[in-house]
Amino acid sequence: MPEFKVGDRVLDIDEDGFIQKPEVWDEEVAKALSKTEGVEQMSENHWKLVNYLRQYYLEYGVAPMIRKLCKATGFKLNEIYELFPSGPAKGACKVAGLPKPTGCV
Amino acid sequence: MTSEAKPDQMAYYDREKLGQVDLRPGGADWMDVPVNMRPGSFIYPAKEKHLQYFGLPNPRQWFPTDPDWKLPANWKEIIIEGMRERLSKYRSFQVFMDICVRCGACADKCHFFIGGGDPRNMPVLRAELLRSIYRREFTQAGKILGRLAGGRELTVDVIKEWFYYFYQCTECRRCSVFCPYGIDTAEITMMGRELLHLLGVNVNWIMEPVANCFRTGNHLGIQPHGLRDTLDFFADDIEEATGVRVEAPLNRKGAEVLFVTPSGDFLADPGTYTCMGYMCLFHEIGLDYTFSTYASDGGNFGLFTSHEAMKRLNAKIYAEARRLGVKWILGGECGHMWRVLNQYMDTMNGPADFLQVPTSPLTGTRFEHARSTKMIHITEFTADLIKHGKLNLDPSQNDHVRVTFHDSCNPARAMGIFEEPRYILRSVCNHFHEMPENTIREKTFCCGGGAGLGTDENMEMRLRGGMPRASAVRHVHEKHGVNHLAAMCAIDRATLSTVCEYWVPEVRVTGIHELVTNALVMKGQKKREVNLRLEPIGAQAEE
Repeated sequence: MPEFKVGDRVLDIDEDGFIQKPEVWDEEVAKALSKTEGVEQMSENHWKLVNYLRQYYLEYGVAPMIRKLCKATGFKLNEIYELFPSGPAKGACKVAGLPKPTGCV
Repeated sequence: MTSEAKPDQMAYYDREKLGQVDLRPGGADWMDVPVNMRPGSFIYPAKEKHLQYFGLPNPRQWFPTDPDWKLPANWKEIIIEGMRERLSKYRSFQVFMDICVRCGACADKCHFFIGGGDPRNMPVLRAELLRSIYRREFTQAGKILGRLAGGRELTVDVIKEWFYYFYQCTECRRCSVFCPYGIDTAEITMMGRELLHLLGVNVNWIMEPVANCFRTGNHLGIQPHGLRDTLDFFADDIEEATGVRVEAPLNRKGAEVLFVTPSGDFLADPGTYTCMGYMCLFHEIGLDYTFSTYASDGGNFGLFTSHEAMKRLNAKIYAEARRLGVKWILGGECGHMWRVLNQYMDTMNGPADFLQVPTSPLTGTRFEHARSTKMIHITEFTADLIKHGKLNLDPSQNDHVRVTFHDSCNPARAMGIFEEPRYILRSVCNHFHEMPENTIREKTFCCGGGAGLGTDENMEMRLRGGMPRASAVRHVHEKHGVNHLAAMCAIDRATLSTVCEYWVPEVRVTGIHELVTNALVMKGQKKREVNLRLEPIGAQAEE
């Protein structure tokens, strides 16, 4: 399994760069992951999205619907793509340390 | 192609280049051509934790391009014994191995062959990947004559080839429609995958949903409080669009009807709008129904895994119907779910003799064809409502929609549901146009992402496999100005959105009950100015 270095920690990641243990996530991990998503500097808006995803995940164990993400944070979908070029699922969720959604999606 | 795009992204593939397909096979004998495992056309292996959770063998880390796949030491024996067991257990498998005369009627019917040109995606040759081992190991001629009799030795390369090509088949069964012997190539792929599972060779896009489904009742891993939250979110949006507050009953004992739909409808757009459509319809007709958090997925990725896995995941539906004490079961707009429900559930986990023959409480129609399974398809239910004048419909609210209908492989070919969805669409839309005759009904073209292939890392195959369907959509777009593609399958709604965005960006994907509700005049509604997507409707939305 590929590995990902954050400071002096080494984290397991999958083929798409998602961390395998969401519980090891913290702000330092988010900042490091954001670099892999082409986000050089995490702005307030980046954090707003990531923190919402994180909070939803901790409460429900899965990622929220994209529409719910938009409604709760006030961002339109295209604005999310501007912040995270790979989009909400592959970009923002990855930085928030969530697993990738699977199934009929 | 952009320089930064990766093989799992649409932008990586040049549309013009991908559309030029060379259908001439190369000169060499296929047995001598090694498989070319290229990024964009295979799927990532299953993660260990999912195999462990479901109790499947040989969980480990490996990757398709690794030389060593870390197979069990006695892998060959496992495969041969696995084949022997299945040949004796499934008469169809034995027959399908024996009767093919290689007439070639199926050869050009597969969407992956049409869109990709790889000879091993001709259904006859895909089946031959397995049949060649059958001949060598299980027939006298093959044992003695080997290659002369179409046999070949079972090697690790054969396993790799099976993995590559049995996960480039969507089990859509279009080829089977054209087979004069009725060979069901989907069943051959299913056998191939079952055998690979014995070695721990499988894909994460299927095994993670399977493990999730076993744990939480649905592929996505949505827990009960999450489903409650999701349905309430839908109810809020419905109220914003219509002014009507609908309920979404959950786990309600004593309800008349248990409603089961694919979990994709709870997460992914545009399926979510279809789910809102169901909720509006049920509210409007006062249906005594309930969703369930336990039977929270009609979809069954076990079908793409093994008969055993399918049975284990399906069992919850009857169990929940019994626990809640409902009279019968109604199923939503899902594709492969219906092959399981219609063809296997009754004998796998039935008989459901504690249930009653589905009977519409509004029209009194008894759905006799479902007297065994006790479960009917929502388009049957809704078409019956419309036929009896039970819905107040204003199709002009869909006047900006010029719609065509994509027959989803399983409801079409495994159930023969052709008329009901069309009847509904014609009743709720003023502009309905059919795609060409050889691309609809039982000859429908697959979305290219069914049977567990709907992930991004095999994007090239999805785009290639979706190309025949997209070409037909383009045809009606250019001829009739079609701007919506309706489909009654969650995988379709997810994967055809990608396929259309790539090949026909002018057309977007919708579900049937999204359109039903957009035309439905609800009691107590406010003046309808937006649809369920909260966009302007009717003539004022015309471009």
